[in-house]
Amino acid sequence: MNWSEFIHMGGYGFYVWSSYGLALLVLLLNLYLPLRRRKTVRRLLHEFLRLKEQTR
Amino acid sequence: MQYMHKYASPKFFYTLAGQLTPWMAALTALLLVAGLYLGLFVAPVDYQQGESYRIMFIHVPAAWMSMFIYVCMAGAGAIALVWNVKLFEMFASNCAPVGASFTFLALVTGSLWGKPMWGAWWAWDARLTSELILFFLYIGYMALEASIDDPRRAARACAILALVGVVNIPVIHFSVEWWNTLHQPASVGKVGTPSIHPSMLAPLLLMSLGFTLYFFTVALMRMRNEILERERHTTWVAQLLESKS
Repeated sequence: MNWSEFIHMGGYGFYVWSSYGLALLVLLLNLYLPLRRRKTVRRLLHEFLRLKEQTR
Repeated sequence: MQYMHKYASPKFFYTLAGQLTPWMAALTALLLVAGLYLGLFVAPVDYQQGESYRIMFIHVPAAWMSMFIYVCMAGAGAIALVWNVKLFEMFASNCAPVGASFTFLALVTGSLWGKPMWGAWWAWDARLTSELILFFLYIGYMALEASIDDPRRAARACAILALVGVVNIPVIHFSVEWWNTLHQPASVGKVGTPSIHPSMLAPLLLMSLGFTLYFFTVALMRMRNEILERERHTTWVAQLLESKS
């Protein structure tokens, strides 16, 4: 099997690779969102604890 | 019951989940790479559907996940409702966006397969319609959650919505048997007559297992964030942040 044949997927290349591409996108997005959220939560918590310290 | 409360204590769970996620993520990656390799390079061409059937290695696991996550969400919601365990509330609410994205993936990949095979992107067939309803259930769940400020009250309302919607799951599953659908019946799980070759079954199972583990990994990551947020007034969170900074 050569490379261009593999990309071509017997004429179904567009449908097959769109499916796999979208799957990759869904997996990456669901991984990225909690990682980004983690950063935000940590930043907000530091802020929150700092303010709590000040008002004490 | 006291064991449940020990293991369901947010602090304990936060630490445990933090230790588990790297291993789960590594195993997920391994399963998905193996599944992709077998699915794209080893599995032979289907004599009826040609290469287009390789979409099934995404579509079928995604569709299974869409239902599995919904059942998890409704089950966790029910447990939270009965025993009032916060951790199950968090698990349920974090199922929704992940489940919705897998449902979306199942619908779109189904469409991408349907166009060359059936000649149509969409048909108002029982299987497709009930899967679309599942997608709307997830969206409804998230909308309901977002509309109630108090997270505990939101969790109760959402649990009831999820439990009512659970009737859709057997409808999706049996739709291909109950109605004369365009969608083909299941090839996996039939006893006696094997209707799928092992070389095609292996990547399908590996991808499904990979997706399942992926879901639990992501759910734990999401839950850890939510635990920190909800427990911000406690001393253990303060100590944790001080030790890390």
